[in-house]
Parts: sequence; structure tokens; C-alpha cells
Amino acid sequence: MDKLIIGRYLPGDSLIYRLDPRLKFLITFYFIGIVFLANNVASYAFLLVFVLFAVYVSKVNLLFFIKGLRPMFWLILFTVALQAFFTPSNDPIWHWAFLTLSKDGLVIAAYIFMRFILIIFISTLLTLTTTPIEISDSIESILKPLKAVKFPVTQVALMLSIALRFVPLLIDETTKIMDAQRARGVDFGEGGLIKRIKAFVPILIPLFVSSFSIAYDLAIAMESRGYKDGEGRSKYRVLNWSKRDNWTIVFMVLVTAILLLLRSYR
Amino acid sequence: MRIEFEKVTHSYESSNPMSGLGLANVSCTIESGQFTAIVGKTGSGKSTLVKHINALLKPTSGTITVGDHQITPETDNKNLKPLRKKVGMVFQFPESQLFEDTVEKDIMFGPKNFGFTEEQAKEAASKMIEVVGLGPDYLTKSPFDLSGGQMRRVAIAGVLASDPETIILDEPTAGLDPVGRKEIMDLFKAQQSRGKTIILITHNMDDVANYADKLMVMHDSHLVGQGTPKQVFNDQELLNKNYISLPQSAVFAQKLAAKGFTFDQLPITISELTAEIKQQIHGD
Ligand SMILES: Nc1ncnc2c1ncn2[C@@H]1O[C@H](COP(=O)(O)OP(=O)(O)OP(=O)(O)O)[C@@H](O)[C@H]1O
Ligand SMILES: [Mg+2]
Repeated sequence: MDKLIIGRYLPGDSLIYRLDPRLKFLITFYFIGIVFLANNVASYAFLLVFVLFAVYVSKVNLLFFIKGLRPMFWLILFTVALQAFFTPSNDPIWHWAFLTLSKDGLVIAAYIFMRFILIIFISTLLTLTTTPIEISDSIESILKPLKAVKFPVTQVALMLSIALRFVPLLIDETTKIMDAQRARGVDFGEGGLIKRIKAFVPILIPLFVSSFSIAYDLAIAMESRGYKDGEGRSKYRVLNWSKRDNWTIVFMVLVTAILLLLRSYR
Repeated sequence: MRIEFEKVTHSYESSNPMSGLGLANVSCTIESGQFTAIVGKTGSGKSTLVKHINALLKPTSGTITVGDHQITPETDNKNLKPLRKKVGMVFQFPESQLFEDTVEKDIMFGPKNFGFTEEQAKEAASKMIEVVGLGPDYLTKSPFDLSGGQMRRVAIAGVLASDPETIILDEPTAGLDPVGRKEIMDLFKAQQSRGKTIILITHNMDDVANYADKLMVMHDSHLVGQGTPKQVFNDQELLNKNYISLPQSAVFAQKLAAKGFTFDQLPITISELTAEIKQQIHGD
């Protein structure tokens, strides 16, 4: 359970860490969008170079990104295989029953594979270099215009940040409870399906109980420190837009321009 | 049951750069029937150490021998039940493991997993609820209606009910009232006199002085000292490095020493202290 890299923050310091989290958040989504513009070897190669450059600038070890792929491994393999074997073609290299392997199919499969890599790398880069709190602050800031239509932006952002904060806590708690039940003779992952499902009852109930009590304690702690929702709350963490963020936008415009150029070469 | 650690090292999350060292090259022996206390400041590796005894954690290198079981880095997760039946463990916050709808069922949970029949488990439950100082009328209550201290007693009963040969206690009295704390500690001492091996993690040096036969001191994942409590509390080198604090009686004796009393060895319990004072005042 600790092995999930996507969604985990890695403390560090570099240009990417210091960018305004709102910008990082938006660029990540923007990049995921423009990945779908790539349509030939040159444009994919260019995007890969861009991502690797971003990783290099972030000073995060590339190994983290490769590990981030691991949970997605089967999904990637399945999709790529689907593309490779099921793309119809007049000129197959290999053919058996309903499976066809062709040059076109392989090229499309390779593109799909590249899309996965690019998207996973860039989202891993966002979460590795941005704390969950920064992410929820940026979401709040980005959603602010929705206040006009009475959308409870602040409350949603608070809920989001509490939820994010609780994920590691609950993982810890689960490990503790599992250890305690193991010591009382529960074998997880042994026996038939029914037995395995039953083995989870002794985890889920204490987990529910402690989540409720943590939530209850948190509510009391917040109220006793004077929390009340509503307008006019000032912020402890202020998001600062600076020059480097402007430059990053310029850089992204440049990247987009080059991408469009490469795309038109067929 | 004799327990032996041989050059045991454990690092958490060996493949992750955020890793921490849990244990560094620890070797020690815990004799059968002994009451061993483990002390050391927060994060020094006490919980990590004891979790190796029932293979909740496996060493990164080294070997642990528990009775006739061997635990090595290669030990797989199957067939650990016989070991875990012999080594009972009360966790730092045992109340968070309760889940059944009655106290009785919760106490019976462990024994039934370890192969007790329904009747044997029921019998064990009604016996253990008395042992931990709650009346039989608690058996039908829901564990979630109890106070924190009562929950802890139920959790302890649940571990004792499987009749383990070795009982590991990770700060079992944290947050209990003074009377409750003494009751629980006396209960463990009584278990020892019935032939059980007791391993206690604690921050309370008076409990160490009053109950333990042997003391191990952990610091920064290393085992930095071991011996009888008397030896360890008189180990000037350890004291100077501030790895441990002293029991109240020893502190008192140090203050007396500054006023002209002389002690060959610091007394560590109240009875030792009073005996010494009596002797020095009356001069007999
Ligand atoms: N699940 C874990 N993942 C990574 N590191 C851990 C984990 N559990 C403990 N550690 C690290 O191992 C070291 C020893 O922890 P351990 O829990 O054994 O300490 P302890 O002596 O029991 O402390 P305490 O008195 O607070 O219970 C600590 O530095 C801790 O940060
Ligand atoms: Mg501990």
C-alpha cells in the first residue's frame, strides 16, 4: 500500500517546486490536453524531451517516475496489446483467427504507449513536487469564479484538504490494525474467497470506528480554535504569482508552437 | 520460550529513498520465564524490535530464534500461526483492534483463530475477564460502550485468552490511572509466575525497577545497554549519555548522596531505598 507513487509528495527544492501551484496544476492539465495533438514520431519525441527536461529541472530522481508506472502496468499492457492486435489492416505482418499484427497497428500501439508515459510522468511530477495542501489551495483559487453561482468553493476546498490529509493517516491506521489482528491469528490472503472477505471484517470495523472518532475529534479541535465557515476568512498560506511563473507561461506557449509546427510535418 | 536476536537489522521500505532505519545490528537473548523491560526514547526502535518476535516484521538481515521457530529475511508469510499463538502481543493502543458486538466475542476471537473450540474459547473469555479485573457482567456489553481504560483491559484479556507462552506488551499502561496501572502491572507479574515470558516496553522507570528482571536500552535503532535494572541504572556511562532517566528512588538517593549519604549502588526501589536509609541512620 505504501508503494503507490502517484499522489505522493516528495520534499525537495527546485524551480518546479517553487512554481505557483495553480500554474503547475493548470499546466499539467494543459499538457495532458496537448498530448493528444501529437500525431507523428517527431511530435511525440518532442513531448518526451519536454517531459524529461521538466523531470531534470525538478531534480527528482527519474526512478520515482518509473516506479509510478508500476501500478498502471497491466492497464498499459492491455491497452497497447488491444491496439496492436485489433487494428484492421490490408497488409498484415502476421494473422491468426481474429488477431492481426500490422505496421499501422504497431505504430498506433507505440503512440498509445507514449501517451500513457507522458501523462503518467507529468501527473506524477505534479504530485511529487506539490503538497496536497497546495493542490487543494489551487483548486480553491481556480474555482473561485464559481462563487458567483453560489457554489460553496471554500467548504469544498476544506473538505478536499481534510480528505487529502487523512489518506496517509488512514493508511497508517490500517497497517496498525492489520498488525494487531495478525497477532490475534488472522491470516490475510489465505483460504477461499469467503474466508478472505471475512478476514477483512476485523479491519474494516475498527477502521470505521477510528475514522469516525478522528473526524469527531477534528471537528471539536477546529471549533475550539474558533473555526466557523463563511466568508471573509483570511489565508495562512498565500499563493504568490511571480516572474518565473510568467516565464513558464511564455515557455509553454513556445512548446505549443513547436508542437504545432512538428505536427504539420507529415 | 527462549528468544534470541542475532545481528538483526531492519530498514523500513528498503526500496524507497524516504526509508528509515528501524533496527541496526541488534543481538540479544531473552531467557524463558524472564520479565524483560525495553526502554528508550520515542522512535528509538522498541516497537520495531518486538514486532520481529512474532514475525509481523521480518529482518532485512539477521536471524531471530523464538523457541524452535526461526525468522530470517526469507521467512514467508504462511504457517506463522503456530508462532503467533505462542507469542501474544498487546499493542500500543490495543483498543483500536476491538470489533465484535460483545466483549465476550471479542475475547474469543484470538483463541478461535488459534484452534480453540467454541466452548474452550468461551471458558477462556469468562476466566480472562476476571483476570483483567472486570466482572462477568462486562461480557455481554459492547466493546464500544466502554471507557478507554476498560477497552484496554478487554484487549489485554483477548490476548491472554489464547494462552501464549510469551507476552509482549507495548506500553500497556499509557493513559491508565495510577491504581489501574498498578493492577495491570501486577497482573503481568502474576502471569510471569505462571511460567510466561514477559517483554514490556515502557517509559516508566519505576515499573522497570519494580517488576523487571532484565532491562534493555534502545537508542537510535541500536541496543546500547542491557543487564539487570540495578546494573543498568548504575551504569555511569549510560547515565551520562542521557539514554535513560532514573527511577524515583534512585533520584532521591542521588540527592541524599549530595548531603553526605553513601551508596555503593543506587537503590532503585522504595524498599531498597528505605532499607539503605535505615541502615545508615541507625548505623547497624
Ligand atoms: N512504518 C514505518 N515506516 C517507516 N519508518 C518507520 C515505520 N515505523 C517506524 N519507523 C521508524 O523507525 C524508527 C523506530 O520506530 P519505532 O516505532 O520502533 O519506535 P519506538 O521506540 O517504538 O517509539 P515510541 O516510543 O514512540 O513507540 C523511527 O525512527 C521511525 O521513524
Ligand atoms: Mg512504539
